[in-house]
Amino acid sequence: MTEQVNPVYPTTWKRPPLISSATLRWSIILGAAIYLALALGTMDVKWSRVAEGLPRGQRFLDAFFPPNFADNRGVVWDGIQESIWMAVIATVAGIMMSIPIGLGAARNLAPKWVYLSCRAIVAGSRTFPEVILAIFAVKLFGFGPFAGFIALSIGTIGFFAKLLAEDIENMSAAQAEAVKATGANWFQWVNYAIQPQVMPRMIGLSVYRLDINFRESAVVGIVGGGGIGATLNTAFDRYEFDTAAAILLIIIGIVLVLEYASGYLRKWVQ
Amino acid sequence: MPLIETSDGPDWRRRTTKQEFMIWFGWLIGTAIVVYAFHLISEKTIWFFVQDAGTQAMDIGTRMVPPKISYMDKLWLPVWDTLNIATLGTVIALIIAVPVAFAAARNTTPHPIIRATALLVIVSSRSVNSLIWALMLVFIFGPGVLAGTIAIGLRSIGFCAKLLYEAIEEIDHTQVEAIEATGASRAQQILFGIVPQVLPTFAGVGVFRWDINIRESTILGLVGAGGIGLQLNGSINTLAWTQVSMILLVIFVTVLISEWVSAKVRHAII
Repeated sequence: MTEQVNPVYPTTWKRPPLISSATLRWSIILGAAIYLALALGTMDVKWSRVAEGLPRGQRFLDAFFPPNFADNRGVVWDGIQESIWMAVIATVAGIMMSIPIGLGAARNLAPKWVYLSCRAIVAGSRTFPEVILAIFAVKLFGFGPFAGFIALSIGTIGFFAKLLAEDIENMSAAQAEAVKATGANWFQWVNYAIQPQVMPRMIGLSVYRLDINFRESAVVGIVGGGGIGATLNTAFDRYEFDTAAAILLIIIGIVLVLEYASGYLRKWVQ
Repeated sequence: MPLIETSDGPDWRRRTTKQEFMIWFGWLIGTAIVVYAFHLISEKTIWFFVQDAGTQAMDIGTRMVPPKISYMDKLWLPVWDTLNIATLGTVIALIIAVPVAFAAARNTTPHPIIRATALLVIVSSRSVNSLIWALMLVFIFGPGVLAGTIAIGLRSIGFCAKLLYEAIEEIDHTQVEAIEATGASRAQQILFGIVPQVLPTFAGVGVFRWDINIRESTILGLVGAGGIGLQLNGSINTLAWTQVSMILLVIFVTVLISEWVSAKVRHAII
């Protein structure tokens, strides 16, 4: 018989930290602290201006209520229609353009040089926010919804082509091989092996993108791209804050409806 | 899949005649909507400017090269400001998003009415673009970094809280039950049963949103809310195209770096 050993069980318990390496954890904390100090130090906030602005902000908020749906009804309605149609055709045109680019940006479909150039297009249009695209579109095509349409279409390409390409890269190769084994040519291959695999997700994404495009159409107007954003900007410029509040509420309402619809449709498709 | 009996034997079709008709009808409606939308947009377009776009693009394009490298000296501070707007905005958003997310998650919400309120906060924050938030906040806080930071923060609350509350709803309940069985209070259950499960998501969402915010904060300057957009707007208005191309280059590089960082960090966490 060996002598009895009483192992010492720990009586307290500490939660394991998210980052297990102590050095890494502390250096991240230290780095964050230094960064915060630097950032807040260089932020250059004029607190006197803020103090002055707060009562003004109060009045500003008061001016929002009650939202005025009546006075500029015609203009607001026009702006909303313009935004919706702009979003619709920008989505359609953007998707039509992003299908070839998305096919080209999938590594398993395209040769290297096509792949690289399509990826460059995607990266380019993804980097710049729709508003910057809209500034240039306004410069090139003049004020109005056409510029907004172009900006949103280009934005759609970056979003849609990237996700399409990633979906194609992740598809099941077995089906593609099976179709290829029947002697299908390249177009038949894409149409019968790849398209059915990516289609459900793409339908969902296009509805989602329509939703995004409508939201973005509210801001491209600020730089001259037409739509409800232009109306909103005018309302701000004319200090008609009650109308601006009404427009914001309408935007929120439409986005809600679209989001609900797109969620429902995506569930239905899958 | 229907088989249609013909005199030559059964004929295999993918869809029934009714389904084919429905699909055809769907396409008809879709095409009609797009044509109508395009008609409305084209009515508001001055086509002369659109025809002119090619020459305009060439013109601006040639004036944009070479980018004015020496302008970089004046860009370091705006870039730093842009980073600060994005980072501090994300921090603000995360701090507010956590309680909102716990109030919105079905399994942690104290009361259905609080849940509805939290969902409303999420929706309104998500539907209003950061540029519009900035437009309003510039009125209150005056032009500058502060307005931009808060705009980014307000806009990101909805995004972070939405992803976070979905994560909270999808946790493994057995762990919470186990902690409940030890006699833990509700707060302790959340702290020890739920928080460790959603902490990686929390970090991932934060970094993901930070990456998006870098992109968004580049444009806030257009309405006076600080960052590199201020320089961009100024350069475009003074037709200093070589500066514009330099700024676009800087934005491109910044976004690429932030995307790379965010991908690395998320990869490390998840």
